[in-house]
Amino acid sequence: MAEHAAAVAHQFDDAEQQRGAAELGMWIFLATEVMFFGGMFTAFTAYRWLYPEAFTHASRHLDALLGGINTVVLIGSSLTMVLAVHGARHGHRRMLLVCLALTMLLGSVFLGVKAIEWSSKWEHGLVPGLHFTLTGADAGRQELFFFLYFAMTGVHALHLVIGICVVGVIFALAWRGHYSPEYHNPVEVSGLYWHFIDIVWIFLLPMLYLIGRHGA
Amino acid sequence: MARSAVPLYVAVFAALIVLTGVTVAVSYVDLGPASVVVALAIACVKAFLVLLFFMHLRESPGLTWVVALGGFFWLGILIALTMSDVLTRGWLPVGGP
Repeated sequence: MAEHAAAVAHQFDDAEQQRGAAELGMWIFLATEVMFFGGMFTAFTAYRWLYPEAFTHASRHLDALLGGINTVVLIGSSLTMVLAVHGARHGHRRMLLVCLALTMLLGSVFLGVKAIEWSSKWEHGLVPGLHFTLTGADAGRQELFFFLYFAMTGVHALHLVIGICVVGVIFALAWRGHYSPEYHNPVEVSGLYWHFIDIVWIFLLPMLYLIGRHGA
Repeated sequence: MARSAVPLYVAVFAALIVLTGVTVAVSYVDLGPASVVVALAIACVKAFLVLLFFMHLRESPGLTWVVALGGFFWLGILIALTMSDVLTRGWLPVGGP
């Protein structure tokens, strides 16, 4: 019982209320994140409607295979994250640590593939403003697609970098034995953040890579 | 008891991988305008699987559902009102300056 009391901050009645408050706080933050990414999703929807041909042509410059592989990598990282949370819930220290490490590893693999994609965009002159060499009637509209591509994948990658750092901190604290089945709110809450990054990518894959494969 | 949830997580993971394969494969088939609908429908199913099982929404209190769905509801307002402008611009022959 003393152990429970030590883990509950004084403003909470009990551990359950503390856990609920931490999780609800993260969900509210994620709702603001939906709106944050939502502005870019809305801009993409509007411009894709206005310039369908240019967006289709521009989308074909992206590598759907690399996009698909990265999706598998990120979904895999979500699995390891949820298994880490499972380990924390049931006091399996080794499972928690191994799964957190795998999550960071898979997140880094995703960023590595992303870096390969970005550098190939630079080589092909598809970086708006800095190095954009497409010519033709709809070059400006294709540049708009690549502006949105870099904005959305860039902000997504930034979230992933933050996520890897957060998981790193959780790993260090878990290593020192900060978490128990009674108290592991930070593990639960960083899991929510990680899965949200996964959901954003689940929508970016069809919007950027796949929808332009066919059609006018 | 301790490991009962693990097979469920692995099953959800497998479903997400299969759906990813389906959505990539379908993108190489010409479905016309329906391809957008199919791709986004698959993405919504995948997102819902992640929300329900990986983010434990299934076992969360009602207040969490309100916040989670509220985010997407307001996103719907943002897109619907913006597109109500963009989609209808050509409907009336109003001369520009």
